Amino acid sequence: MINQEQMPVPILSAEVVAPRSPRWVVVLRSLYSRPTSAIGTTILFIFLLMALAGPWIAPYSSTEQISGAARQSPSAEHLFGTDHLGRDVFSRVVIGARDIFALAGVGTLLAVLLGTVTGLMGSYAGGWWEEILFRVFDSLLALPALLLALLLLGTVGPSRNSVLIVLVIVYTPIVARVVRSVVLDVKTKGFIESARMQGERTSYILSREILPAVLPALAVEAALRFSYAIFLVASLGFLGVGVQPPSPDWGLMVKEARNYLALTPWALYFPAGAISLLVIGVNLMADGLKRALQTEQ
Amino acid sequence: MTSPVLQIENVTVSYRQGKRWLDAVRNVSLSIAPGEIYGLVGESGSGKTTLALAVMHYLGENGQLREGSILLHDRQISSLSREEMQEVWRDDLRLIPQNPLASLNPSLRIGEQIAEGLDPSFSKEQAHARVLELLTMVRLADAERIVDSYPHQLSGGQQQRILIAMALSGEPALLVMDEPTTNLDVTTEAAILELVRELIAQSSTSVLYVTHNLGVVAQLCNRVAVLYAGELVEDSPVVDLFQRPLHPYTRALLDSVPRLGEKAEIQLQPIPGRIPELGNLPTACVFEPRCPLAIEICARERPPLENALPGRQVRCHRWQDMLSGNEYPEPEVADSNSVAGLVPNEMVLDVVDLQKSYEVDRNPLQVLLGQPSKKVQAVNGIDLQIRRRETVGLVGESGSGKSTVARCIIGLVERNGGDVSLLDIALPTKLSERDEATLRHLQMVLQSPDEALNPYLSVGEVLRRPLMRLAGATRAEADERVASLLAAVKLSPTYVDRLPDQLSGGEKQRVAIARAFASQPDLLLLDESVSGLDVSVQAAILNLLNELQEENGSAYLFISHDLAVVSYLADTIAVVYLGHLMEMGRTAQVLAPPYHPYTEALLSAVPVLDPTANREPIVLEGDIPSPVDMPSGCPFHTRCHRRPFLPDPDICVHETPPWRVDDEGLRIFCHIPLDQLHQMQHQGMQPVLNSALKPEV
Repeated sequence: MINQEQMPVPILSAEVVAPRSPRWVVVLRSLYSRPTSAIGTTILFIFLLMALAGPWIAPYSSTEQISGAARQSPSAEHLFGTDHLGRDVFSRVVIGARDIFALAGVGTLLAVLLGTVTGLMGSYAGGWWEEILFRVFDSLLALPALLLALLLLGTVGPSRNSVLIVLVIVYTPIVARVVRSVVLDVKTKGFIESARMQGERTSYILSREILPAVLPALAVEAALRFSYAIFLVASLGFLGVGVQPPSPDWGLMVKEARNYLALTPWALYFPAGAISLLVIGVNLMADGLKRALQTEQ
Repeated sequence: MTSPVLQIENVTVSYRQGKRWLDAVRNVSLSIAPGEIYGLVGESGSGKTTLALAVMHYLGENGQLREGSILLHDRQISSLSREEMQEVWRDDLRLIPQNPLASLNPSLRIGEQIAEGLDPSFSKEQAHARVLELLTMVRLADAERIVDSYPHQLSGGQQQRILIAMALSGEPALLVMDEPTTNLDVTTEAAILELVRELIAQSSTSVLYVTHNLGVVAQLCNRVAVLYAGELVEDSPVVDLFQRPLHPYTRALLDSVPRLGEKAEIQLQPIPGRIPELGNLPTACVFEPRCPLAIEICARERPPLENALPGRQVRCHRWQDMLSGNEYPEPEVADSNSVAGLVPNEMVLDVVDLQKSYEVDRNPLQVLLGQPSKKVQAVNGIDLQIRRRETVGLVGESGSGKSTVARCIIGLVERNGGDVSLLDIALPTKLSERDEATLRHLQMVLQSPDEALNPYLSVGEVLRRPLMRLAGATRAEADERVASLLAAVKLSPTYVDRLPDQLSGGEKQRVAIARAFASQPDLLLLDESVSGLDVSVQAAILNLLNELQEENGSAYLFISHDLAVVSYLADTIAVVYLGHLMEMGRTAQVLAPPYHPYTEALLSAVPVLDPTANREPIVLEGDIPSPVDMPSGCPFHTRCHRRPFLPDPDICVHETPPWRVDDEGLRIFCHIPLDQLHQMQHQGMQPVLNSALKPEV
């Protein structure tokens, strides 16, 4: 009989308002306040460092075939061993990080941008525009991402740019839906009506009044999409329809090493491990981000 | 004397906040006698709900009774286990919460839900008979139909009656009611209060009635405890409390409530400052920082709870001075601002025959069968004129269409018919088709302060925008004028950088008002703009609105369900019902006979702040009809209590009533001629049907 919602919350807001730290500091602090998100964030930072400084960290180039050093097991000289062609696996994994970030990262970024713009405009406008846009998005969502990717790559042919296009097409509808759910909630609020009564243009309302409310959900969604994109890029590489040899793409490395599993298992384990670690790390961070942004509200 | 039903002794309730405990209720003692209705009043943050939950022994995970004891019939309940409590809840202690819908299971029929709580040894037939008996007890007509209904099919008033029936089914020793009528319309509230009073008088049950509404306390309770910031400041029989409050806070609360028909006589006295936070309480008297009587000792020593007079307790160093009555500053008599009535000012707003209807969505089958979609007529032919410096109050129950009128005028909702002109310029239907000059002249303050401000924009950004867009200020000028706008709504210039979550509800509403005033509008629409606020804050906002009107000469359209609030501010009152105007006239005329029967019912339902007033509210039959099935003839005929007195009552069903106008311009939409209405109402001729006994259909 008793309604839990009515539980009173003690009033605590301090009379003297303390100056606020910048928002990203607050979020970062919150991420490091829990072990799981702290680990995830750290993993992400390490890989980010690899992506930025890979060529300087790696002792060899990604394509150099070291003469007389093929199929060596991990040692002080070759940390992750060498593959069947005598390429240093550690260097390939480290340098490959940049490829992953360039493809999955840029692809996610473009999908988030496009999804935000279409999601904001479509759902604020309402009516027929919204119907058409989101029905098209729904039909894209009905297909599994990998299937859609294979279909698209089959038509445009494998290349870096086509992988990027695939990522944008696959993830834009998902991002747009997330944006839409927030916009539909916010657009009936009093402050939007007040802005309209002040004669604000739609562009101002979208960018200044609505976008800030969308950002937290968008940040979490972007992190999640990024982790899925890493997986998709690696999967496409593994299937041979994505990035082509001899590039040090992790998925491609797994595919190549598979044939020599008995001889050079390390050439498979390390890139596969890198994929898993990065995906898990990004996911842990996304969870922490969600919590941080929720408590902030 | 019989032993008390409930004894609360020196109770302190705390909430855990991070690592520390905050005492939300401190050292409260009170006792409730059998059959007594005990009021617990206070503003938000006073700890009244916390105390009620402690009595129910149902504090949340983070709450704890840290000190003291709660005895129900001499049995210590504060130490009972959950299993033992379940027995107590079933037999002796029941709760009626604020939101009835949340307490009813949406997937069970009403009959099943009530039967669940009955004696399990009952047979099916016995249970059914008992359920019908209970529904009749709470005056629900058509009990058979209600038994088979689901909660969402019933109105808020009906749901609350069902909860009352369930709570009283076992004759509990104590019933805790937590703001049970707060979300209901005044007319429904009056009916529920009448019912509670009557049922309690017949039973042996006592009631702990938690509310913020002093009028309800005056109408219903025998004894009152006033809570402030978690402390019991005064405990007294109800008549004494209202005649001579002994605590300055009680007095301040009473002075901040608008009373019917008091415009231009006595100014409302808001309480300066705000309720202290739990983490930052004054160490001595909690009310000292806001108290007009505070002297040096008040800041040094916590006053004890003294037995001031027989049966009266008060926690104040200066209660003797309150008793003698010489010390407390008398409220100022306001300058009568009846200028608007004397000088025929320029017309600001002219609304002619405003119409707004919505189409109800058809389901696919109806579309296939080609059935026309039903129309909901939200606003039906409303005429309204507002002159410069004039305040027009628009009153009506929820569903009367009063908000839709404002939204059509401002253009947030597109009207279907009628003309709206502002300063003799016809306004387009759509907001987006209006030019900036129009927007500048016409602004609106919305109801909910929590939604009015974007949580991500600072106060400065919020106020700068209309200054630059509508008032044509440059960035530097805007920054300057933001400070003066803040000063106009009595906020310090340091608020510029604050975000909305750093503001209280009253402060948010002040910022919203400042934003609306930025462009110095000729007409400001206020849609229930003070409804969500505590009375002391509401008083401050009402006075602020009056002051701003003096300075700027703006006209107001003030919309509210609260007649007392409207009468405090308005020069002219318009009463709406189901999208129709029922009565319109100058405030004093509307508040005096002859009334439209609907106005009469509304007025009689307003809880007045005088426990000795012997009034019998006119309880309207049933709920406001759905605008989908608009009654024919006079829209009010289905509930009108005066109709049976007409020689030909059928005329109200078949014919649209005429506008009856008196010499002074009062207009009433009724078949009964004004002199007859006046006669009926002047003689206090009550309808034959005893109103309180009328079942709710």
